[in-house]
Formats: sequence, C-alpha cells, structure tokens
Amino acid sequence: MENNIDKPRFDEVDMDKFLDPENEKRSVMAPDGSIIEVDPLKDYFCQDRPEELKPKNGPIEKFLNWARAESLWVLGFGTGCGSIEIPPLVTPRFDMFRYGVQMRPTPRQSNVFIISGYLSVKTLKRAIRSYEQMPSPKYIIALGSCTINGGMYWDSYNTINRLDYYMPVDVYIAGCMPRPEALLAGFAKLKELIKAGKAEKANEYARNFDWYKANQKKIIKNWNMPDYNW
Amino acid sequence: MNDLIKDIESRFEISDCIRKNDQLAFITVKKEQAIALVTNLRDYHNYTCLTLLTAVDWIENGIFQLTYLLNNPYNFTEIGVRVMIDREKATMESAHHLWESMATYQRELHEMFGIDFPGSPRIDEDFILEGWDNLPPYRRDFDTKKYSEETYFPRPGRQSNDPATYMKSKMYPND
Amino acid sequence: MDYSITKFLWTLLGLFIVTNWGMLMSSTMRRIGARVAGRFGIPWYQPWIDLVKLYSLRSQLSHGAMFYLGPVFRMMGGVGIFLFVPMVYGNPHWSNYSFSGDLILILYFQFFGMLGMALGAGEGGHPYSAIGISRGLSQFTTIEVPMTLAILSLAIQYQTFSITEIVAAQQGGITTWTMWTNPLATVAAMLSLLGAFGHSPFNLVKAPNEIPIGPPTEFHGTFLGVLRTNAAILHVAEAAFFMNLFFGGATSWFELILKTFLIYFWSIFVGTVFPRFRIEQSVRWFLQIPTIIGILAILILL
Repeated sequence: MENNIDKPRFDEVDMDKFLDPENEKRSVMAPDGSIIEVDPLKDYFCQDRPEELKPKNGPIEKFLNWARAESLWVLGFGTGCGSIEIPPLVTPRFDMFRYGVQMRPTPRQSNVFIISGYLSVKTLKRAIRSYEQMPSPKYIIALGSCTINGGMYWDSYNTINRLDYYMPVDVYIAGCMPRPEALLAGFAKLKELIKAGKAEKANEYARNFDWYKANQKKIIKNWNMPDYNW
Repeated sequence: MNDLIKDIESRFEISDCIRKNDQLAFITVKKEQAIALVTNLRDYHNYTCLTLLTAVDWIENGIFQLTYLLNNPYNFTEIGVRVMIDREKATMESAHHLWESMATYQRELHEMFGIDFPGSPRIDEDFILEGWDNLPPYRRDFDTKKYSEETYFPRPGRQSNDPATYMKSKMYPND
Repeated sequence: MDYSITKFLWTLLGLFIVTNWGMLMSSTMRRIGARVAGRFGIPWYQPWIDLVKLYSLRSQLSHGAMFYLGPVFRMMGGVGIFLFVPMVYGNPHWSNYSFSGDLILILYFQFFGMLGMALGAGEGGHPYSAIGISRGLSQFTTIEVPMTLAILSLAIQYQTFSITEIVAAQQGGITTWTMWTNPLATVAAMLSLLGAFGHSPFNLVKAPNEIPIGPPTEFHGTFLGVLRTNAAILHVAEAAFFMNLFFGGATSWFELILKTFLIYFWSIFVGTVFPRFRIEQSVRWFLQIPTIIGILAILILL
C-alpha cells in the first residue's frame, strides 16, 4: 500500500467550497432563550475516531467466529448493476437461506456489505456512510471487475478504479457480473476466512484511517459529513 | 411530410433540411426562431411528444448543435430541430413551458456541456455530479481518460484484448 | 430448600424450555413457509446461531439510557405473560405463579411491551422507528378490543378471573372445551390473535419492504438479541395463554407443544396466503367484524 507524500492530509482539505447551507456555523436559540453558536458538523455528530477491536484468540473466539460465519446478514443496499445477481440467490434455485445468509434493511443490523459493481463518486459517499454505521465485526465483499481495476468504466470521469483504496475489502468476486454460483462460492470463501480468523479488515480500516480518509476526501469534494459516521 | 416542410419554410428561415426517409427529417434553424418553430410544430402540426433534447460538440467549428427531437404520435413521423449556438457563451432559451420534462434535459445539458438555459427550474442544482469543479465532462476538450488516471488510482497490470483475436488464439492456436 | 426458592428454580427451568421451544418453533415455521415457496429455508438451528452472533458483537452504540428501555420492557412483557400463565395444568412445578386475578394482569402485560418499545424506539432518533412505532401502537390498540371482549365473555361464562380455574372447568374430554361451549368468543379471540402475532396480513409494522424494519431499526447487537429472545418466549406464552382459555389447557409437555404449535400455525396458515393490510385498513377491519362477534359473545351470555 503506497503512501503518497504529496497527498494532502484529510483534515486540511478545503471543505467549505461545497458546504451544504444546513452545515454552516450559525446561532440558534436554545430552549431556555439564550443564543448559542453552533457548528453542526462538530456539535451534532460524534467526533471519535474508530478503534481497533482486536479479537481475543482462543477456543471461545473460534466458536464465535464459527457463529458469525454461519449467520451472515447482508445489508440490502445494491450499489451498482451487480446487485441484480442478488435476488436470484433468494429464489428456490440458489437458496441462500440454507447457508445462513439473510438480507437486512438497516446497516445497524448487518455484518456484510456487498459492493456490487462500479461505484460512482455519489454512491461512494453513501456507501461510506452506510459502512461506517455498521457495528464491528464487519466484512465487505466486492463484486465484479469494476471494483478490481475499473472494469468496463476504467476511463470514466465519475467511477473509481480500485475499491481497496477507499474501503477495505475482504473477498473479491471476479466477473461481469458474476453468476449466482460464483456469489455462493464467494460466500463460502468468506466463511472460510472468518472461521480462520483472517477477516479483520475492519480493524485495518481503523489502523490506516488517515490514509483511507485522504483518498476518500480527494474525490468526494462535497463532504458534508463528519469524519467518521458512527 | 413534404407539405409540412414547405409550410415551415414559408414561415421560418431554414438553413438546412435533411430528409432521411418518409418518417424522419432534420431541420436546421436559427437560434432566435428555434423555440417559435418548436411551438409551431407542437401546436399546429401535432408534434406533441418530445422524444429528447441533446447536444453535439463541434469543437472544430466552435459551436454546439442542439437537437430537439419531436414525435407526432398520430401519423408516426419524427422531426429533429437543430440549433447551432456559440461554444464560448453557450446559452439558449428555455422551453420548459412547453413540456415539463424539458427541465430535466436542460439540467443535464447544463451540467454536462455547460449550456445555460436561463429561467429553467432547478438549473443550478447538482444533477448527477456532486462537487464537480472541472470542465463540463461531455465537452471534447475534457480528456476523461487522463482525468481518470490522475484522480482514481488505476491498478497497474490492466490489459485489454481485442475479442476476435483473443478467441481465435484460444480456440485455434495452431493457425 | 425453601418452597419459594424451589418454585422459582422450577419456573426458571420452564422459562428455559419455553425459550428453546419458541426458537425451534420459529425456525420450523420459517421452513414451512419456505417449503410453500419451493425452497428449503434456514436450517433448524439458525435462531441459536443468530443469537450467539448478536450477543458477541464487538462494538455497539446506545443512544442514551432510555434506549435500553425498548428491549428491556419487551422482555418484561414476554416474561410477565409467561410467569402468570400455567404451562401444564395439574403439575405444581410448571404452574408458574398463576393466582386468582391473573386474567386481567395478562391483558396488561400484553400492551406493556409495546409501550416500552415506543420509548426505546423514539430515543433511537431514527425517523423510521418513530413512524413504525406509532403504527404499531395504533394497530395493537385495536387488536386488544375484540380480545378483551372475548376474555370478558369467558369471565362471565366461568364466573372467575383465574386462568387455572378456567382450565379446570375445561377438563373432561374435548366436548368441554371453550371452543364448543362458547364459540363466538373463540372466533373473536382467534381473529385478534392474528394481529397479536404480527404476521401477514398485519405485519406492516415490521415489514422490511415497507420501512427499514420499523421500530427495531436502530437496535443491534445485544439489544436485538434480547428482542429476539423475547419474541421466542412471547410466541409460546401467548399461544399457551390462548390454549388455556379456549382449548382445554395442557396436562403434559407433549400436549403443550402440540397445541401451541397448532395455534401458532393458524396465524402462519392465514399469513402465507394473504397480503398485507395498511394500518387504517387493519384498524377498520378489527373494529368491524371481530368486535361485533365479541359483543355478541357477551350479549348471548347475559
């Protein structure tokens, strides 16, 4: 992983150019009548950085990893055109409920985020917001060749080329789009990684948080969010 | 179609008329008369359905060419009205009072080409690109490949193959 | 040992058995629904694995002290219903803490959980939780109307407010069940049971396609684990409550398991073939036919 020295640090990027009017500093009237100064991005959101939550190795952790692998809850957020391969998994032919994989509607209750296909800058901002709201331990499966090297949209002005510079990826599934059998094989590989204790990319995200944030802020110029969306 | 073209030529200054077949014709008209012609087609000649509004960048001549494609659902014919506007100061009258979906097409052209339609609703809001401060991307002097290589980190080792030669080398390696 | 401590321990053992049976029942019902759709569905041990995963999350966040009230009050509602419903009639170990006025107390405990959920979901700060819980409360209020009418009709019929005495009056063969001696009350109560269990056609409150899961939107980790454990207990306790009132009670664990399965299956059976009602449609429906049947059930006995 290269650390470019001439990349600006993420908290030095000029965020005011595309600031939303509701995020500007302003004065509001408190319930008791006094006027207070409010900076919404700092005062209304939690400012903590993510921490590394290291697993305690031992037989209990092996059992817990087995349980996490057997019950994978996927966030129902189809980011790109690859998400058309996810509904076939619920149909009787490729039934994924047999493997313990269920879809959940909110990031708070899911463990796996499937990035299916290309990510435009607009979707990347929302995907980051959803990913950071998921509780740890969390895993990312990257579907399709657009996440590996840009795929069919490699020379586009609006889609990213390498997903692992913006979000930490556990398993890549190649294809355009990968068939449901390939998706099931990808889930099997993810389960193998979880049971071996090797799917700790969320901790890597916390370790290299500055580098990921600098990459993200380089392309998302209207960053109207806190640094980490708890 | 011939009667229609004759009628239009008698009222407006048409600089060019291309008849592709019996159902499709393209008329080039001056910028000041374009909206009047479109209104005339919509109200008197039954071209009530707007197919699309799109633009072409003729960078060699320094103009944008706007095309309004109008469809007549009663006798199934289509007319394209072409308007040439200047590339440096690209503005055009807005036609959102004729069709409401015109506002969306005009927003797209404003974002992608930089053509301004004063008075169109929500023309300054972000349409698809958020936080874009570079050239409008569909202009031909914007090098999208170079921009992509600089901003989004390309993975080294990526290669493309021509499908015909690749399949030939796979299936008939001895030829 | 002191009698009260042994009774407490027997009740805890009963709670443990009921929790496990509830989880097994829920996975069995999901497998039945999957078979109707031509699939195989989740493995039968999936609810236990889900619970282990939920309780072992490494990071959790809470929105304040009142956020805990949602799952805690739901759990208290479920455990409360379990505590005062006799599971197996005639056996002093499994009769729990039923006493002479427990019919009214159970009606109170049914609503208790929903109210606590309202507090917790509101504190969560998510707008969808608030919409979901307001829908849930309005729907549950109307569900209680035919249920209360049916239970009052039973109280008039048997001249008692104690569940154990109602069960005692139904012993002696199938023909003495309330199902045959007071059919109108049974029909009204079974219709309101469809709403209480929260399956189709009354599952708008928690349907993932409608609103991101409704009231439990912000609950994750241990919170969601407690909510799910409570769901297992609540289904069995509620079904056992109805079994005691209308279907003769259970004189052995096997009878309890069979009857609660069939009562729960009734709501799944209806749910598999019907789409959802909107909240105003379901409120209107509950206040029309089931309420009329409930009122008739009382008038007939006067």
